[in-house]
Amino acid sequence: MAQGWLQIAVFIGVVIALTPPLGAYMARVYTGQRIFLSPVLAPVERLTYRVLRVDSTAEQDWKDYAKSLVLFSVFSWVVLYLILRTQGIQPFNPEGFHSGPWDVSFNTASSFVSNTNWQYYGGETTLTYFAQMAGLTVQNFVTPAVGVCALLALIRGIVGRSGGGLGNFWQDLTRSLYYVLLPLSIVVGLILVSQGVVQTLGGAVGVKTLEGARQALAFGPVASQVAIKQLGTNGGGFYNVNSAMPFENPNALTNFVELLSIVLIPAALTYTYGKLVGRQREGWAIFAAMLAIYVALIAVIVPAEQHGTPAEHAAGASTTAIDGSTGGNMEGKEQRNGIASSALWTTTTTVTSNGSVNSALDSYTGLGGLVPMSGLGTSEVVFGGVGTGLYTMLLYVLLAVFIGGLMVGRTPEYLGKKIQAREIKLVSLGILVTPLAVLVTAGLAIATRAGTRSIYQAGPQGFSETLYAYLSQANNNGSAFAGYTGFVQPHDPGNVGAFGISFADLLGGATMTLARFIPIVLVLAVAGSLAGKKVSPAGPGTMRTDTPTFVILLIGVIVLVGALTFFPALLLGPVVQSLTGRLF
Amino acid sequence: MRRAVLTSILAVIAFTLVFGLAYPLAMTGISQVVFPGKASGSRVTIDGRLVGSSLIAQSFSRPVLGRDGRPVLDEEGEEVLRPDKRYFQPRPSQSGYSADTTFFSNSGPNSVEEREAVRENLAAYLKLEKPYDRSLTVAGVPVDAVTMSGSGVDPQISEANARIQAHRIAAVRHLSLAKVESLISDHTDGRFLGLFGEPGVNVLQLNIALDREATVSAERGQRPYLILRNRAKRDPGVSG
Repeated sequence: MAQGWLQIAVFIGVVIALTPPLGAYMARVYTGQRIFLSPVLAPVERLTYRVLRVDSTAEQDWKDYAKSLVLFSVFSWVVLYLILRTQGIQPFNPEGFHSGPWDVSFNTASSFVSNTNWQYYGGETTLTYFAQMAGLTVQNFVTPAVGVCALLALIRGIVGRSGGGLGNFWQDLTRSLYYVLLPLSIVVGLILVSQGVVQTLGGAVGVKTLEGARQALAFGPVASQVAIKQLGTNGGGFYNVNSAMPFENPNALTNFVELLSIVLIPAALTYTYGKLVGRQREGWAIFAAMLAIYVALIAVIVPAEQHGTPAEHAAGASTTAIDGSTGGNMEGKEQRNGIASSALWTTTTTVTSNGSVNSALDSYTGLGGLVPMSGLGTSEVVFGGVGTGLYTMLLYVLLAVFIGGLMVGRTPEYLGKKIQAREIKLVSLGILVTPLAVLVTAGLAIATRAGTRSIYQAGPQGFSETLYAYLSQANNNGSAFAGYTGFVQPHDPGNVGAFGISFADLLGGATMTLARFIPIVLVLAVAGSLAGKKVSPAGPGTMRTDTPTFVILLIGVIVLVGALTFFPALLLGPVVQSLTGRLF
Repeated sequence: MRRAVLTSILAVIAFTLVFGLAYPLAMTGISQVVFPGKASGSRVTIDGRLVGSSLIAQSFSRPVLGRDGRPVLDEEGEEVLRPDKRYFQPRPSQSGYSADTTFFSNSGPNSVEEREAVRENLAAYLKLEKPYDRSLTVAGVPVDAVTMSGSGVDPQISEANARIQAHRIAAVRHLSLAKVESLISDHTDGRFLGLFGEPGVNVLQLNIALDREATVSAERGQRPYLILRNRAKRDPGVSG
């Protein structure tokens, strides 16, 4: 156990240490300053603007910015859907896959355009390499960049003094892609390949094992996709079992690098924020609130998984550590990851919007499963998705400022801007849209016969699977209690005879799309509203937002909103399971 | 509006070319030149014959033969398999060690089926190892030996698991226990920087080393046989 805690502590230390340099780098990128990659990338950036026929210096107001963002996403969806529907005629298809059911394609297109990467499909058994590269990998790049765009617009609204525009969507998008995501993906991708993550266009290979049996090894352009799947808080695996698959995550080094890739950009963006608002302490205050919740969740999940499950204990298995084995709940976990690295990964991917898994969440203990649900239930503001995490967190900051202002009886202000009725209405909507979507869709899915067809496990775990599915999709996370399914594939590999469970595919697809773009538009509206306001100088009565008191207030608001929304539902699933030894 | 539509369409096409084709194809080219073996799946060959990947577990079981010399089938028409005593055994697999159709076991914490699966695995492990390691108790069986891994092809087992199996290997192969234990430590991957992850013993590489070490004296005259994969009746095809 001490070993486990130590590696978690060192990991968090590395995240803290890398936050300032990467954050400062991104601040330079987004303010148009020269960086060491400029000689190579600036010409490519200019060429891109020429091809797109945009004036990258033209300031957009919030409506223009939102229009560009939504239109770009709409066409992304259309192109991805077409790619998924035309697999039979594509190059890079060594297994000869045809397209799957249309409803699964609908779900998958919605999933990747919303940065969710929920997977009803099995990657290695149903998708061509072309669809993985030109379809999914492209969305893995552009969706985190879109998230950053919305964040930058909000920041410009907060700091804007002219009442002018929120920047240019195409410029923010292009710079995020070329200066941040692409270079990091190349570096991370090559590190992964050097350790054994597969990167080839060759098809599956049949081998004759030592026992003379046949085994097929599925390959593909894996590393290039895994790098951006982690860096862009996407999470969709090349293989069905995601980062548990040794070809995606072969050893402790790759596990460390991938884990760092998941949390690094969202963490560093808090520092970028401090730079852009000109007050570094504001960024660190937000970072501190995130870190506190993160550490608290880790402190719950690790002992819970170390304890083992009622089923393992009822079978007579010993889950206590012995010499040469760390023990714990190893169902669904890989030996090289063990308990600590699996539990840390699960917490990290669900507080961020990543959703990749290196162990099977459906097999976690009741209490262990409550932790990822809590990460999702607090709307992924703990580092969160690339861009999305911080803009959602800033909505909570504005709410906390408002509540703090009410408590001390002053007009609430944030960084010199008055927070008034219009902003608070938009902020409240922005915060509540996602939890509302979760409760309504999960309720529908659990109350209808069409919904319960997707459930795999009996008893409260079946309820947990359903709740998790819509928590994950509405929060654009993508991790799953993976027994829950919307795709039945009787013959493997391939799409022959496969069919989708339309209810789950369509409801999930609609949820992912709406829960992505409604909050983004609301955030841009908040930005537009703030941008027009005058900055009033801070006085002695101004509530400071860079103090420990405010950090505690902020944490309180986040926990309170999440707990009040989800506590009744969580009682029926993970809580009841962690309180009982009964089997179902 | 028309201008914005045109820009959006052009952007999707341009970024598809850059990030969907140029980037992955360039990464493939670089990887195949710089890390050809790793990029192609860490393949293991013996005398030029491809036998597997060092990153992927494979089955070390064989079909049980009936009186007629044919494989015995269970009620679902699957071949009944028995662990091959000459080899270290990998962790149990929900997918029959499939590396082209992967899925989780998705057995829940309060599941009766999970209890039964673990119970069966535990009984099978004791039945296999206890005759060679009399001191082995239920409490001494490492949990990785009786639970399914995430991938179904976890290439490793815990050191405790390997040390228990070493007794059987030493007896069957007429090797000293010390020799087998030294082979185990040769094929144990440690933690990254001595800190991250958990140590594990690579089963395929260890078994290959065993074959190199000595010709098998017990159970001669095996013929190659075919093991049919357990096919999932229902693909719980969801993850990440």
